[in-house]
Amino acid sequence: MARAFEVRRQRGFVTVAILCFIALYAPMVTLVAYSFNAGSSLALWEGFSLRWYGAAWENEAVQEATIRSVVVAVSASVLATAIATMAALGTTRVPHYRGLTAVYALINQPLMVPEIVTGVALLVVFAIVKEATGYHGLFYLIAAHTAFCIPFAYLPIRARLQGMDSRLEAAAADLYASPWAAFRHVTLPLMFPGIIAGAMLAFVISLDDVVITEFVKSAGQDTLPTYMLGQLRRVVTPEINAISTVLLAISVAIVSIFFLVTRKRT
Amino acid sequence: MPEAAEPAPEAPAAPRVDAEEMARRAVRRRWLLNLPAILWLILFAAGPLLVVLLYSFLAAGDYGGVRWELSTDGWFAVLMTRDIFDDTLRLQDAHLAIFWRSVKLSVMTTLACLLLGFPTAYFIATRSRANRNLWLFLITIPFWTNLLIRTFAMLEWIRAQGVINSVLTGLGIVDEPVQMLYTDFSIMLGMTYVYFPLMVLPLYASMEKLDFRLVEAAYDLYASRLQVLRGVIVPLVSPGIVAGSILVFIPSLGAYVTPRVLGGGKQMMLGNLIELQFGQGRNWPLGAALSISLLALVMVALIFYVRAAQKGGEGHG
Repeated sequence: MARAFEVRRQRGFVTVAILCFIALYAPMVTLVAYSFNAGSSLALWEGFSLRWYGAAWENEAVQEATIRSVVVAVSASVLATAIATMAALGTTRVPHYRGLTAVYALINQPLMVPEIVTGVALLVVFAIVKEATGYHGLFYLIAAHTAFCIPFAYLPIRARLQGMDSRLEAAAADLYASPWAAFRHVTLPLMFPGIIAGAMLAFVISLDDVVITEFVKSAGQDTLPTYMLGQLRRVVTPEINAISTVLLAISVAIVSIFFLVTRKRT
Repeated sequence: MPEAAEPAPEAPAAPRVDAEEMARRAVRRRWLLNLPAILWLILFAAGPLLVVLLYSFLAAGDYGGVRWELSTDGWFAVLMTRDIFDDTLRLQDAHLAIFWRSVKLSVMTTLACLLLGFPTAYFIATRSRANRNLWLFLITIPFWTNLLIRTFAMLEWIRAQGVINSVLTGLGIVDEPVQMLYTDFSIMLGMTYVYFPLMVLPLYASMEKLDFRLVEAAYDLYASRLQVLRGVIVPLVSPGIVAGSILVFIPSLGAYVTPRVLGGGKQMMLGNLIELQFGQGRNWPLGAALSISLLALVMVALIFYVRAAQKGGEGHG
C-alpha cells in the first residue's frame, strides 16, 4: 500500500514543482510590490505609496498609449471574432471538403510563423501602402492585430461548435424554422459562450502584443507595451511597475472570466 | 452574405429542391463563410511573407528600402562578407555566432523547460481533480500575461541591484554583485521563465491520460524509480514531451523581446539581428533573407514535430 501511495508523491518531483511555482510567481510579486514603493528605486523599499500610479495617470504619453491600446484591442478583437465565428461555421461540423486543410493551415498560420517575421513582413508591405496612399493612421495596427487574433478567437468558438448537439438545429428545421431563423434562435445562442471566450482571448492577445506592433506602428503610435519597451532603455522608475501591474490585473481578470465561461460547459 | 445565410426560405415549402442544388448551396455557403478569414489572412499574414521572399532577392536602397533590381547580395550577406580592404570572401563570423547562439540558447531553453516542466506536470496530474484545476490555472495565468512584463519582472530579479544579488551579498555568499544581466545565461533564464507554461500545458495534457495503475504495477514488480520513469512514464507521455518541446523551441528561436531586454543589445539572437537590418543597418534585403532563414528553421522543426507526432499516433492508435 505504501508503494501505491508513493506513485502520487514522487518526493523529488513535488519539491521541483513547488519551487517552479514559486519561481514563476516571485518575480511578478516583486514587480507588483515595487509599484507601491514610495521611493523612486526598484531596489530600495521606502514605504507604501500610490505615487507611481498617480504619475502614470498624469503622464500624457501613457494616457495616449492607453487609449490607443484599447482602441486597437477592441477593434481587432471585434473584427477577429466576427471573422473567426464565420470561419468556424464554415469549417466545423461539415463533411471534409477539398480545401478544408488549406483553410485550417491559413487560420493557424499566425501561430506558426515567428512574430518577428510577421512584423517584418507587415513593415515591408505597409511601407509600400503608406507611400502609395499617404495614410498613416491606426488601420495598419488594427489590420495586423486582427490577423494574429483570428486563430485565438477561432479555437474556442470551434471547440464550442464541435461540442454542440446538431440535432437541435435539425429539430428547429423540422419545426419549419428557416435556416436563418434556426441559426439566429438556436445555433447562435448556443455558440455564444464560445464567441465571448474567443473575443476575450483575442482582446488579451492584442493588448499584450509588442513585437508586431513595434514593426507596424507609424512614428508616435506607441501602444502601452511598445511604450514600456521604449522606456526600458532609459532609467526605469516604479512608474513602469505601476503600468505593468494594471496590465497584469486586466489580463488576470479577463483570463479568470474566460475560465469561468468555458468551465460551465464541462 | 444574406443570400448565403438564407439559401432558401422557401426550402421547407418546396422540399423537392434536388439534392444536387442543395449540395451546391452548402458548398457556396461554406466558402462565403470562410472568405473573410481567407482574405484577411492572405492580405495581412500569409501574403506579406511572399513579399519578404521577393525583397530578399532585391538590392538594398541607400537609406533603407530596396531598389527594384534583382540581386543575391542579401542572401550572400547572410553568411558571407567581403573584406573591406582586399575584397576577398570571408565567412561572416558575427552572423554565424548569432545563428549559433540562437540555436544553442533555444535548445538549452527547451531542455531546461523540459527538466523543470516534467516534474511540474507530473505534480499537477497527480493532484485530486478539484486541486488539479487550481494548479493548472496557476500555470495558465502567466501564459496569458504580457511577455514583456514577465521579462521585465525577471530583469528586476537578476539585475546587479536585483533581488538575487541582494540576497547573495546579504548572506555574504558573494562580495560583489554577480553580473548575470546581458549574458547568454540571462537570456536563457528569461526564455525559460517566459516559455515554461508552454511546456507544462501539453505535458500535463499527456500525463492526465496516463494510467497511474501502470506506474503502480511497475513499482510492485520492483522497478526502481528511474526504471519506472524511463520504461513506463516517459514512453507514455512522449507526445506531450514532443509537443511541449516544439512549443518552447519555436518561439525561442524567433525570440526578440527577451534577448533585447535581458541581452541588452550585446548578446543578439536572430530576431534582434533581423530588426537591426530594418533599423540602423538599413539593409532590407539582408533582413528579408535572414527572416526567410528563420522561417525555414522553424519549418524544419515543425516537420520534425509532425513526423514525431505521427509516429507516436501510430503507436497508440
